[in-house]
Amino acid sequence: MFESIPLDRRLRAFYEEPMPHDHTDQDHPHTLLPSDPALRVKALETILIQKGLIDPAALDKIIEAYETKIGPRNGARVVANAWTDPTFKAALLSDATSVVSELGYYGRQGEHMVVVENTDEVHNIVVCTLCSCYPWPLLGIPPAWYKSDAYRARAVREPRRVLAEFGVTLPSEKAVRVWDSTAEIRYLVLPQRPKGTDGMDKGALMGLITRDSMIGTGLAIAP
Amino acid sequence: MSRVHDMGGRFGDGMIVPETEDNPVFREKWHGRALAITLAAGALGKWNIDISRHGRECLSPVDYASMSYYEKWMAGLAGLLVDTNILSREELEKGRAIGSSNLTAKRMDADKVAGILASGGPADRPSDVPVFYNVGETVRTRKINGNRHVNGGHTRLPTYVVGAVGRIVMIHGAHILPDSSAHRLGDAAEPLYAVAFSASELWANPEHPKDEVVLDLWQSYLSGAS
Repeated sequence: MFESIPLDRRLRAFYEEPMPHDHTDQDHPHTLLPSDPALRVKALETILIQKGLIDPAALDKIIEAYETKIGPRNGARVVANAWTDPTFKAALLSDATSVVSELGYYGRQGEHMVVVENTDEVHNIVVCTLCSCYPWPLLGIPPAWYKSDAYRARAVREPRRVLAEFGVTLPSEKAVRVWDSTAEIRYLVLPQRPKGTDGMDKGALMGLITRDSMIGTGLAIAP
Repeated sequence: MSRVHDMGGRFGDGMIVPETEDNPVFREKWHGRALAITLAAGALGKWNIDISRHGRECLSPVDYASMSYYEKWMAGLAGLLVDTNILSREELEKGRAIGSSNLTAKRMDADKVAGILASGGPADRPSDVPVFYNVGETVRTRKINGNRHVNGGHTRLPTYVVGAVGRIVMIHGAHILPDSSAHRLGDAAEPLYAVAFSASELWANPEHPKDEVVLDLWQSYLSGAS
């Protein structure tokens, strides 16, 4: 499968380019750091600042961005638009990356977006079994359960039991489609619009659109 | 062939503990710090996302299983910093800088943060690898999911789907092949597909005959099955 990689490049990579490799338990670099995680982070931060390689003010900005700006309300705005504007919805389902970029929701971990629609026939759920891939620009940093071994291991094999733990029971005629994010494509679920919401404006609709409903472990809230 | 991170379908994990959306984004202060340091160190340009994923996957199974999410990030980062000679083992041991770095010009300054978070790093690339499969076509995944070039190397074909027959549901274009990119062997971009597998193709006791699992898989992970 790697015939396309020139031999000289492979040779150079072998001898010169550093790559991650197995360290035994005892010699992994992390064992050199304090074992308490908060101290461990502080130690790395301290050394990197002393080396002039990270700017502590930049760290504050990154944290602030994910605490206050880049979160699930972005996704909720996209969903509310799709619920109220059929042209927007059609464009979103055919080329999500362009559509959400126009709203300003492009960036790290959202470079290739696909939106999948829940219908009367299919319910979609998103997971990443190999790590914790998640559409950051639309939903922010994933919640702890999304990153847990239990969710990663079980969502693909027993999505209905997993849904039950979130309080969701689907009718038996509905199929479940689990999306395992194994590449750089990031999936957002377009939840079904609840009944009895015809007169509601976008702002009110956004209040019904939970983070979990856009991962697929929840449904939009019925008013 | 697999590593501990490849846990899709595994038995033995407990219940999931849902949490509400108004919980803090970072439960502990050091969680946010760990994420921010990882992003800022990534901006130094010495590794790509595939290398950093593989770094975490190379943690010993005992460490991987016992560490929390951000502990794995920090352990992976410590490994990458030493492997790329950004920091020395002695610096980690002593907890202070020894000597200067030639990478300071690459430091992510505070005023660049918003731009960097909003710019991302697309994984699609131009490629002349022909697209073999059409939407609707039946394919089979490789029987063995090991990296073919680097023993124990990175791959994104989960064990639970090896040797299974599915059907193409989307063609995403040509994307960087992680099996190559994680080992600095070039992008080797090739067609990437969303492939749907019936739950009954994957599990001994599927929950429901209509259920499916969809994975994004590279063309070299697949062969024709019709």
